[in-house]
Amino acid sequence: MSTPSAEELIRRKKLVVGPETVSNQASTDFPGHWPGENNEWDLEYFKKTFTVDFHSHTPNDTSFSLISLDTSIANAFRRILLAEIPTLAIEDVFIYQNTSIIQDEVLAHRLGLIPLCGSHSGLNWMKWYSKPTDDNEGSGSPSDYNTVVLRLKVDCTWQDGGLQRAVAGETDPDKLYVNHNVYAKDLTWEPIGRQGEMFPPGEEIRSTNPDILIVKMRPGQSIHLSMHAMKGIGQDHAKYSPVATASYRLMPTIDILQPIIGADAKKFARCFPRGVIKLDTVTTEDVKKHAELEGKEGELKAVVDNATNDTVSRECLRHPEFKDKVKLGRIRDHFIFKIESTGQWESDHLFLESVKLLKVKCQRIKRGLDEMMK
Amino acid sequence: MPGATPEQAQVQILDPTSATDEEIDPAVDRDRIRVLSGATESAASFQFDGEDHTLGNALRYVIMKNPDVEFCGYSIPHPSEAKMNLRIQTYDGVSVYTVLDKGLEDLMAMCDVVEEKFKVARDDFVNKMEE
Repeated sequence: MSTPSAEELIRRKKLVVGPETVSNQASTDFPGHWPGENNEWDLEYFKKTFTVDFHSHTPNDTSFSLISLDTSIANAFRRILLAEIPTLAIEDVFIYQNTSIIQDEVLAHRLGLIPLCGSHSGLNWMKWYSKPTDDNEGSGSPSDYNTVVLRLKVDCTWQDGGLQRAVAGETDPDKLYVNHNVYAKDLTWEPIGRQGEMFPPGEEIRSTNPDILIVKMRPGQSIHLSMHAMKGIGQDHAKYSPVATASYRLMPTIDILQPIIGADAKKFARCFPRGVIKLDTVTTEDVKKHAELEGKEGELKAVVDNATNDTVSRECLRHPEFKDKVKLGRIRDHFIFKIESTGQWESDHLFLESVKLLKVKCQRIKRGLDEMMK
Repeated sequence: MPGATPEQAQVQILDPTSATDEEIDPAVDRDRIRVLSGATESAASFQFDGEDHTLGNALRYVIMKNPDVEFCGYSIPHPSEAKMNLRIQTYDGVSVYTVLDKGLEDLMAMCDVVEEKFKVARDDFVNKMEE
């Protein structure tokens, strides 16, 4: 069994971006593709090559690279992040009074999309509620372990002397009315059963973003409703998705094949986002390597500084002066992930949860297969 | 890093709707798998209920990494039916069931490595930031 050289391996995993086309897109690390090579699944090899590199890490926004992983696996994690990690969201809205100008169904939809948060141990303790159907009784009636009750009761009224001020020409609603803006912080949680102890003060169920505007009202209008929040997954409704976005992009590469110098270097740098290309000076070594640089020592020269920030806009490929001097590409097994959480769970926790869920999927299929083979 | 053996890698599969953390009956998972007609020992199509590209493509990749496999591919026959078909053909009469089983094992072992390395990288980064 032969092993390819390091250069060959890099060449193989480089996706080539041309002015109008992409080439070398599909991975080829399968047994039988390259004659004389193994390419069999090898856990030890995976342990050796797979790397995780963190770029930034805050509770709701994490960015990291997964290197030496196939697209199918990285994509599985991304898909699970978007659609299969359970979260709590408002599912049922019982409207007793709604005289605002927002229709009941639109209001209910807006309420559903509000991200909620609360004690992590409490959220883990909570189970799913399955609605009863004709042939399945589901979870029966909602209970403390599967339903959270929230209420909203707001009446918009005039401020003291607001009407007189309006007659006098005042138009600023803040100076005229009370409760004319209803925010997510106005939702009140009503603990039932054991919820009081599971969600202690400071970790109670509330909106992650208290200033989300739900409705605007005017004097005489009122809203009175109660809500049932339940656990669900993004596959059923986008409101259950734990992330605002979870996405990856491939690591860009820029190879300068022939020196780009002088005014061209400045123009070249402007073809990329700031920080991608830096300007250096032509050195004696450069002159030794490239005969055409004779006598141009000390002039400006374009050098790749940080290709990560490149957007691969291909702008540099539009200019004839850079023709055959630059090659753009992406590394097929270098995924720059960005996970933005909506706030119910931390971003890094969500990624670990996605890995766990993929494993559980495999385990369940394996279990079923074992049963089948009995 | 401990080698991932199937015994230690097990996670309990709990019923998400049960208040008392009951486990899901393995018979439920048994019913999610079907072997489509025309199967032989070395070539078979499986149908999985409730699975999609997430597991389909990942499983296809690890199974294709097995040198005993002549062909492996997956499809979702209809977008509004939650079903995923997986076709496996093997060389030299190797059983498709062992190949599928190995694929699932490999994928689970891979998840363990990803989890482990991710935790290490995160903790290193957090420590570095605190310094």
